Parts: sequence; structure tokens; C-alpha cells
Amino acid sequence: MADATGNMKVFAPPAGLQRVPLVTNHRSIGWISDRIAGVAEGKTPMWWWIAFGISLTLMTVCFGLIVYLMSAGPGVWGLNHPVMWGWAIINFVWWIGIGHAGTLISAILFLLRQKWRTGVNRAAEAMTIFAVMCAGIYPLIHIGRIWLGWWLFPIPNANGIWPQFRSPLMWDVFAVSTYFTVSLLFWYIGLVPDLAVMRDRAKTKVRKFIYGAFAMGWTGSNRHWSNYEKAYLILAGLSTPLVLSVHSIVSLDFAVSQLPGWHTTIFPPYFVAGAVFSGFGMVLTLLIPIRRLCGLEDLITKRHIDLMCKVTLATGSIVGYAYLMELFIAMAYSGSVYEAFAFKNRMMGPYWWGYWIMMACNVVIPQLFWSKKIRANLMVVWVLSILVNVGMWFERFVIVVISLHRDFLPANWGYFAPTWVDILQFLGTFGLFFTMFLLFLRFLPIIAIAEVKAVTPQADPHHPEGGAKPGHGGQH
Amino acid sequence: MSDANKSYGLIAEFVNPADTMHAAEKIRDAGFTRWDVFTPFPVHGMDKAMGIKNSKVGWFSFIGGVTGYTSGMLMIWFLNAVDYAIPVGGKPMFSPFGAFPPSYELTILLGAFGAIGGMLFLNRLPRLHHPLLKNRRFAQATHDKFYVVIECEDPKYSEAETRKLLEHAGSKHIEMAEE
Repeated sequence: MADATGNMKVFAPPAGLQRVPLVTNHRSIGWISDRIAGVAEGKTPMWWWIAFGISLTLMTVCFGLIVYLMSAGPGVWGLNHPVMWGWAIINFVWWIGIGHAGTLISAILFLLRQKWRTGVNRAAEAMTIFAVMCAGIYPLIHIGRIWLGWWLFPIPNANGIWPQFRSPLMWDVFAVSTYFTVSLLFWYIGLVPDLAVMRDRAKTKVRKFIYGAFAMGWTGSNRHWSNYEKAYLILAGLSTPLVLSVHSIVSLDFAVSQLPGWHTTIFPPYFVAGAVFSGFGMVLTLLIPIRRLCGLEDLITKRHIDLMCKVTLATGSIVGYAYLMELFIAMAYSGSVYEAFAFKNRMMGPYWWGYWIMMACNVVIPQLFWSKKIRANLMVVWVLSILVNVGMWFERFVIVVISLHRDFLPANWGYFAPTWVDILQFLGTFGLFFTMFLLFLRFLPIIAIAEVKAVTPQADPHHPEGGAKPGHGGQH
Repeated sequence: MSDANKSYGLIAEFVNPADTMHAAEKIRDAGFTRWDVFTPFPVHGMDKAMGIKNSKVGWFSFIGGVTGYTSGMLMIWFLNAVDYAIPVGGKPMFSPFGAFPPSYELTILLGAFGAIGGMLFLNRLPRLHHPLLKNRRFAQATHDKFYVVIECEDPKYSEAETRKLLEHAGSKHIEMAEE
């Protein structure tokens, strides 16, 4: 396929300035479909069954504990006065934050014309959807009487009372449900051309029918692509303010209250940066093993990993700056003794370890990504990416538990400890997440086939490899 | 169906995007109206080569967004200030600031519905069947081949002439697709 026709001359930049191509080893367009679709075809590998078995077990634990929680009440968690928001809210914020990287990759990097996003956006968007599913469980079961969850929606209850929209918790309902719906639609619309690929490759009638139904009769018509690309652009344009608003609104759940440690105006940007930071951590945690297990090294290249490490570094630095600024506002600038105490208590109170794990993982660890050597060592990147998410979980622990356990009056102080239900419930959501993710790996193209094809030189009609002839035809 | 062997159109296969695009330019200039190009991925510049105008999807999204914002504001005003007013902390019964976040989310939600609904409507999707999807060779349109299809219904269509035009445009494989 690389048989460039004799006489043309392309002036390439000097070797030191050349970028590593997005698809390495000069693969053909057809190879891209074969490789990506191949992951979802053929025999199911052993590692998949093992991972799926573990995930499914954990997911069962998650749903079993929800049943236990419903029958016994939220007392089975370690919640008690004054810490009424415990692991459920920590996990909610943590999971939803993880989702943000998917939308950042799919929408913001699309608007910024970052072509490398094509290698990772599909898996990252899937991660978003599954993370939001895990997140969504927590506020729902946290309300205690789960069967009254519909009170959150603008449906009048028996007394004709409506939800009260001055509460940020109501804003959250709208933000999270919109986020889930739009992310799902964005993902599905991105999948349609690739489902058509799966349909056209299908060997059995059943597969052909199912992929065909979901592909909605996609033919690859350019008249369709024209509308499709416009819709995709608009969805990216809508998802960008959406993703920024979701974690901003989540942060308002805290910031709108009066509690020292929560009542602060820097929360929205600080939460959004933290969300993207943790999300990129999770994308790295997932994709580094997957590229190896599924043989996708030519599509998710080391350059992709390198670029994602850089985004992690950038957002991690914003998070680090926010921590220090928050500390400065509380200790020096606000002049509020309660604010100052809240932060002193974070650093030296009974939960000092939580604060310092957070600082180590979120402020120090990402700075290691300045080193090119570290960014190129996938094993190290993988370990660091996990530490990023450990740190981000502790950030929410610091905000939720440490702020709540000691507020204004010492008579109102307490100490929170999780129960076994808290811990298993959290592990259980990993089961849900990975079960969904493994099913996605097995049945859907995990890299956007059409989008990756479109960023290869063979796809460019003005490039010699796309068939452009020197001297004519290239001038549009 | 009685007319099982009715022809749908001529399909011409191309192996790279540049040739496909030049073929599209020729067909556009020849004044055909019922024809299309099928590619495994969106080809940059093909809209211009085919003479397709800017997509109208934006209008659907815009109308969706406006509907979302207005209905959010009106809903919250009606629920919290008119139908069942609940005084909370001395705050006004309705304030556009408190009502903004949910209305903003609804703007995005309905804007997204508009974009997707508009795209599907303009493309006449979903459809369960398309004559080209029966064609064996055409299955490669989602793999690595490019197709130009001129429908028999086109007023300028004539089998011999059109075939010649496509051959001249550089297609190595041309065949008739059935309805």
C-alpha cells in the first residue's frame, strides 16, 4: 500500500522534528478495521473470562449490599452525626470525576483538533458512561428510602409538593442525568459507522441482525457524513460546557453550604481540574494493559500514552495549585478562625494521614511526569496512574469526612469509621464498572475505526498516499 | 416484489480518496443530482467536491437548546413560585440565578437531542434496508474501498454514457446494483 508512484517529491521535516505517526508501522486502512474489529470477533481469550468472573462476582456483591442497605437502612454504613455524608458521597464524586476524562478526550480535544484523541476516545467514552453509572448508584441509595427516589424528579407527590430548585442537590440531579444521557448519545452516535463495519464483517445471521439494527442502516454515504460530522461537532460543542458544568455543580453541593472547608468559591474550577486529572489516571490504568492484551500497540501508541501523561501532569499541577491556594485562603486570607481550624485539622487532626496521602499522590506524584523517561516506561506510568486515583479518592475523603467531623462547636465533633458494608460496596462498584467494560471490550469496537482511518495519511486526498498526484488535484 | 430485478444505479469502485474526489468533481460538474459517494470515513473536502451545502443540523440543535432553556426556567418558576411555593431561608420564590443550573443542563440536553434527531431526520435514518447493502462488493464501503453511485432515477442518467463517465474518472470496477 505504500508504493508511492515514482516521481513525486514530498519534503519532510528534519528527522528530529518529525512526529511519530498516530498509527505506527504504516498500517493500511483495511488493517485498521481488521485489527480493531478482530478484538470483538473470534474466540474469547482466557484472560477475559477470568477478569469477567471476578468482576461479575464483585458486581453481585454490590447489588447484594444494596438489597441489604434497603432492608436494614443506611445505618449499615458508618454514618452517624456529625458525619452524615460518608463513603457514598466520596465514591459518588470520585466516580463521576473519573468520567470527566472521557468527555474531555471526546469533546474538548475534538474541538481543539487533537487528532491523537481518535486512538483513545471510544474506550474513554465507554469509561465515562460506566463510571457515571457507578456514580449514579450512590446518591440514589444514599437517600435511604430508595423507593422514594422519584421525588427527585419534577413529578408531584401525593401532597402536590414539587422538588425545591433552590437546592444544589436538585441541580445535581439535572446535571448528572443530563451528563449520562448526553455522554451515552455521543458515544452511540460515534459508534454508528463502526457498528456498520461490524455488520458488514459479521459472519452469522444473529450478529448481522444485531449490529445491523444498531447501525441504523448506515452506508457511509457522503451526504450522511456531512450531516453526521456537523451533528458530532455540535455534540462536542455541547458536551464541553456540559462536562465543565457537571463537576462545577457537584462542587456546589459543598460550596453552597456554610461548612468551613466547603464554603469556598474556588471549588468549581478546582473540582473540574481534579476530575479530569483522575479521569486521565483511569484511562491510563485501563488502556496500558488493554493495548497489550488486545494487540493494539500500533493504534494506542507510546505517543498516545506520553500525551495522556502530559495532560495528567497539567491537570495535576492545577490541582496542586488549587490545594495550596485553598490553604492560603483558609489560613491567611479569609481571617476566619473556623476556616483556619478546618485546615489545621486536616493537616494535624485525627485524619492527618488522609490529607498527606492526598498531597503526596496529587501534588508530588504527577510532577514525576515531567521526566520523559518516566512517561516512556509503561509499567511506571501504570503504577503512577493508580496512585493518582488513590490520591483523588482521598481528596474527596478529606473534603467530605474531615470537614464534617469537626465543625464550629466542639460539642458537635465526632469520628467517622467505615463499616464492612462501606468497603465492600465500594469494591462492588468496581465489579459493576469492570463487568460493563469487559462486555464493551468483547462486543464493540474499542477504538473508533472510522475516526482512526480518517487521520492516516492514506485517508487524505491531498496526500500522495491518499492518491494525490503531484502537479494537479492537490489544490483545494 | 414484482420488479425484483429493477436496477438501482451504477456503482463504481475506487481505491483511494483522491481519485474518488476527482470523480465526484466530474459528476458534480456534469450536473447529476441523484448520486452519492460512499466512503469508510469522512473525506475532507468531499462536500465541496460534491457540491453539498452546509448541513442544517445546527438549526435543529439551536431550536432544541432554546426549548430546553425556556422550559427549564418556566418549569422552575411555575413549580416553586406559583403552584406550590415553599419559602426557604428567606430566598425569593423565583430567582433566575438559582433556576439557571437546571435550565442550563436542559439547554444542553435538548440541544443534543436536536442535533441527533436533526441528523437522523436529515439522513432519513434509521432505515432497515438499503438497496446497496444487498450488494456484496459494496460491503467494502465500510472497510477500505470508495464508491461513487449514480442512481438510474437521475434525469441525466443513461447507462452507456454514465458508465463511460465513471470509467473516464478512473474507476477500475463498475457494476449495476439492483433495487
